Amino acid sequence: MKQSLFKICENICIAKDIYKMVLEGDTSALVAPGQFINIKIDGLFLRRPISVCDYDDKTITIIYKVVGRGTEKMKDMKPNEELDILTGLGNGFDISNTDKKALLIGGGVGTPPMYNLAKELIKKGKDVTVILGFASKEDVFYEEEFKKLGSSVFVATNDGTYGTKGFVTDVMKNIEGYDYFYTCGPEPMLKAVYNATNTSGELSFEERMGCGFGACMGCSCKTKYGNKRICKDGPVLKKEEIIW
Amino acid sequence: MVDLTTTLSGIKLDNPIIPASGTFGFGYEFAEIYDINILGSFSFKGTTKDARFGNALPRIAECESGMINSVGLQNPGIEKVISEELPRLRKCFNKPVVANISGFSIDEYVYCCEKIDKEDGVGIIEVNVSCPNVHNGGMAFGTDPKNVYDVTKAVKEVTTKPVYIKLSPNVTDIVSIAKAAEDAGADGISLINTMLGMKIDLKTKKPVIANKMGGFSGRAIFPVAVRMVYQVYDAVKIPIIGMGGVATAEDVIEMMLAGASAVQVGAENLVNPYACKDIIENLPKVMEKYGIEKLSDIIGGAH
Repeated sequence: MKQSLFKICENICIAKDIYKMVLEGDTSALVAPGQFINIKIDGLFLRRPISVCDYDDKTITIIYKVVGRGTEKMKDMKPNEELDILTGLGNGFDISNTDKKALLIGGGVGTPPMYNLAKELIKKGKDVTVILGFASKEDVFYEEEFKKLGSSVFVATNDGTYGTKGFVTDVMKNIEGYDYFYTCGPEPMLKAVYNATNTSGELSFEERMGCGFGACMGCSCKTKYGNKRICKDGPVLKKEEIIW
Repeated sequence: MVDLTTTLSGIKLDNPIIPASGTFGFGYEFAEIYDINILGSFSFKGTTKDARFGNALPRIAECESGMINSVGLQNPGIEKVISEELPRLRKCFNKPVVANISGFSIDEYVYCCEKIDKEDGVGIIEVNVSCPNVHNGGMAFGTDPKNVYDVTKAVKEVTTKPVYIKLSPNVTDIVSIAKAAEDAGADGISLINTMLGMKIDLKTKKPVIANKMGGFSGRAIFPVAVRMVYQVYDAVKIPIIGMGGVATAEDVIEMMLAGASAVQVGAENLVNPYACKDIIENLPKVMEKYGIEKLSDIIGGAH
């Protein structure tokens, strides 16, 4: 974990209520795809945990949905404003668990962490298939970006206005040959994905957090390997350890 | 050179800053980012006889200038705390710690306190009779002077280390409860624990916290804490550890003027993991600003 100031480089709307923010600063605490950052916002007591979509030596890209007071304030932030951020939080995904072909499933704002994960897997020469699930056409984002990385991309919308009509699991039925899966999204989706495959994999969970770095026990969950803190021992849990 | 030292029941602290129980775990997360030996002491995660997972989630809700938690005393149980957490803690903290103990009956308090009393690294036993998040637990003890008297008396009979009773602010008359603890032989008083609060989500129209209610903490409760420390200081002779919404060096001075011999920092650790370090580093210049040479000289100075 590292606390430092980041400068906003970009903050733009990319889909309905969905914003992409690029931040410049010290990214050295980030070590794996699927980690998150915790942002201090003026006037609000708790920080806002947001998953990392992508990062390099100097920048972090996050994608967030405007859902409450924190993200309402974030969407109005302008380039060059500075933010106090805790970086390098959470365990992240383990890319070494994929042998040859990985299936990545992102639902809504569970999609962003899949991006850096896809990038890292492709860098290691793995074959990556991505399924993205959204409510409707106006919610869809990052389909092209995933394609540009060199992954095969399928989109499902609940109302059928774009891609396959239905849920990510409706697409999953037709995909074979993957030896490991990674997923992030709302809990009902995670559970549906968990039940839809016999393959091993990793699931990234979301929970209301106090601190985001393991001190307050606000986001604990029970697993087959004992109690875990979503923020510190997660947010990524292995399929084998999950208790629904 | 200003003097930051203070004393609690004969234990000299380099400075009065003590992270409050439940906001600092067993210290490891913070030891990763700074040397926690700069702290005066620290109060570890509330420990009970048996291991506890705690309450259902969500356990956290944000409020204006503070937060509500209903963690519900998640901890590995006294045996594991002694066999696993304390040895690990000794590797990153070499000063006497404050052992925070909770229970659901007098027997449980006695069981835990007797065990923790034998641990070398423990300086003070802080008996939490005020957790708002467990049924029939702490707070039921902490809101009745007779119960506080009985728990204190029973714990004192099986311990040799200083015993501080951590009180609930969710009472009509804090003074009578503090006095009951003192009469039963308590060596000091810690106050305040969190205030019972609720947050309702306008979208779902239901309480955010699964347990509906929880303990409200953070900057918003600071004036209540100062007032209670002030009242208790007038009523008892034993030392007070003041806490509740402390976030700055100025707050520490205010709390000590009210009557605290040492000060705990709670919720602020969760939003600024460097909160205690920042306060300790800022204290000398804030003391100079207000013409304070020796911090312990100002204890109760507002009276």
